[in-house]
Amino acid sequence: MNLEYGPEYERFRDEVRDFLAGNRHRAPHASQRAARPDAAAVAWQKLLIEHGYTARTIPREYGGYGAEPDILKARIIAEEFARAGVPAGLSNQGISMLVPTLLELGTEEQKRRWIEPTLRGEIVWCQGYSEPGAGSDLASLRTSAREEDGHFVINGQKIWTSTARQADMIFCLVRTEAEAPKHAGISYLIFPMDLPGIEVRPLKTMTGHAEFNETFFTDVRVPVDQIVGQRGQGWFVANATLGHERGMLGDPDALENRLLALIRLMRDERVGSARAIEDPVLRDRLVALQAEVAAMKYNGMRVLSNQLKGDAGGMAKLIVKLQSCELAHQISALAIDAMGEMGILYSDSPRVREGGTWQWNYMFQLGLIIGGGTAQIQKNIIAERGLDMPREPRLALASAEGRKDVA
Amino acid sequence: MDFGLSSEQEMLGEAVRRCLAETCPLDHVRFCVDAGSAVSDRVMAALHEIGLTGLMVPEAHGGLGMTMLDAAVVAEQLGRAVAPVPFLGRSVLAPLALMLAGSPAQQADWLPRIASGAARFGVAIAGIVEERDGASVRIEDGGLTGTALFALDFEGADHFIVADASGRLHLLAAATTGVEPIALQTIDATRSVGELRLTGAAAEPLADDGGLATRRLRDAGRILLAADSLGAGEAMIEQAVAYAAEREQFGRVIGSFQAVKHMCAEMAARHEPCRALVWYAAHAFDVLPDEAALTACFAKSHTGEVHRFVARTATEVHGGMGFTDLLGLHFWFKRIGFDRQLLGGPERVRAEAAQLQGLNAATR
Repeated sequence: MNLEYGPEYERFRDEVRDFLAGNRHRAPHASQRAARPDAAAVAWQKLLIEHGYTARTIPREYGGYGAEPDILKARIIAEEFARAGVPAGLSNQGISMLVPTLLELGTEEQKRRWIEPTLRGEIVWCQGYSEPGAGSDLASLRTSAREEDGHFVINGQKIWTSTARQADMIFCLVRTEAEAPKHAGISYLIFPMDLPGIEVRPLKTMTGHAEFNETFFTDVRVPVDQIVGQRGQGWFVANATLGHERGMLGDPDALENRLLALIRLMRDERVGSARAIEDPVLRDRLVALQAEVAAMKYNGMRVLSNQLKGDAGGMAKLIVKLQSCELAHQISALAIDAMGEMGILYSDSPRVREGGTWQWNYMFQLGLIIGGGTAQIQKNIIAERGLDMPREPRLALASAEGRKDVA
Repeated sequence: MDFGLSSEQEMLGEAVRRCLAETCPLDHVRFCVDAGSAVSDRVMAALHEIGLTGLMVPEAHGGLGMTMLDAAVVAEQLGRAVAPVPFLGRSVLAPLALMLAGSPAQQADWLPRIASGAARFGVAIAGIVEERDGASVRIEDGGLTGTALFALDFEGADHFIVADASGRLHLLAAATTGVEPIALQTIDATRSVGELRLTGAAAEPLADDGGLATRRLRDAGRILLAADSLGAGEAMIEQAVAYAAEREQFGRVIGSFQAVKHMCAEMAARHEPCRALVWYAAHAFDVLPDEAALTACFAKSHTGEVHRFVARTATEVHGGMGFTDLLGLHFWFKRIGFDRQLLGGPERVRAEAAQLQGLNAATR
């Protein structure tokens, strides 16, 4: 057990701290970090790329910083930005999902054309994966693309397309081979969102806000070369990056920050002349959450160490999405309970605490438990990949057939 | 940076595991329990052979001079094997008490005998966590008077380390006049605890350090109970998964039903982070003194909750068989129950954690 990063890394940490001290006044406010970055956010992103604090390992010829992958340096950057309360680089589905996909499976031309403007925040992407009839069973998607004089003609509907209203482009899974088994008939297309026949409707959620959209396609024509990977290989192209999304949803720094905010709230919130934190029942729940957040933090350090040794992370990694999303939800639940009757206040009500953030989080985090692979799908993954338990017999059969046909 | 066990610690765990696989299969556990003993001479001898009797005793005094993280590695394996052997009190807390609060003469006198197995200690510090049934120990006319509950590694102990009500530690010979030892029966027959009724019993005091050593013993005890529970919990999950892969109902193995599979996934998901938490707490005990007490509380209370869930869920996965004596699953269930309560159940320990952080007060 050695928790020291070593002198080379401590020097690097000092560099990051110096950078933050000298430049933090140029950082955009977190609240400004909308789907489409404003001028300040774009300028900040440019500065971060120049210093290698974001897009760090993306090759220079594609607009990144071009550093060798170094997990510890990436970790130090994340830690120091979180500690300073300064927004790190842009984080959106284009950067977290499309860019890694193109780096792995895109053509040279696609890499040169799309990666740099995406990193710089000039092109905003949305993701067209889920459909009303294809959620956990994503491979059953039905949005169709038939080929017609050098174009795919797309018809169908996507759902949960966050940022679709702001997006310039979409990366989208469509069924190109109607007759093929479900995993083998899918292609991964990229196309502009302003094409004729695309309609975006805001999807209002239980929070009262439209954080997502539905996107409809009616005879949308896309040139056949706007495909990533081979025709019919879209399922594998998409799966190459689903892991990146799950990684995004389980950040231990975020849990610690929520917990600190909860402690502040419980110290401020008064019940009569006492403070919420003086209630032994609420306090007991708080410390139970602290212990669990500590466990997830050290679990994250263990996963990081394993990755340094070239180990994929095993069970310690598989459980992160399930446990972190649940824990985040529990933290918000306790905040609401600590506020008592005040806990029901929302939006811009008189007396509302922190703009109703805790209630919004409580609801939105339930969405995160469901999204990105539901809790139940996560449990299947943990059981089948982590514990080597048998699959559902019918699914096992279908999957074996799918693999055989693809091969 | 390397968060995890060293290769030596991996080897230590592997050595203890092999040793227990050979000497302490479930049949043997059952044999000891049926004979009414929580001390297997055979397992003790085998562990002594690889040096574990004196693992915490400094090398200068004939031991291995190991760390709390090493001890946690061992405790995990003992829990995994539900091994009926004294360890926590005899091989860890007693030498630690002498190292922290013993005079050089006391250390020179006792530590080599602990390492060789010539002195067999029990440790009674439960009273500093919570006073129950009015039991406490005070100094009267130069001797110890009162009652000490839940003395660990009670069976076969010829000496005890006892904390008095002020938190000061004393070294007491079991055969001294004024000591009445009374065994307690617990759910967990693989470990022995007892009470000491003391009437002016002559004892050697250790240093009066304001209870510091006693609090360190409490932290160490909490970490190792958590580590024991980690091993016991992992063994239960493995057994549940193996059973679910074998047992057929409705023409399929029950592990292919999501109802069963998800129970196993939930156990694994809650259990796995406990490992990093226990390691960190042990490491903090060794080198991060400011964090030691708090992380010990986190490790103890969190594993207590998680492994209670694991113990009942793994039993349920086994269906009716899990409820029988036949499979012996209950040995792990009870071991986990013991680990949870001793030296403070989760609520008690969390209250201490709150106090340590100043969360009781409204001020920032």
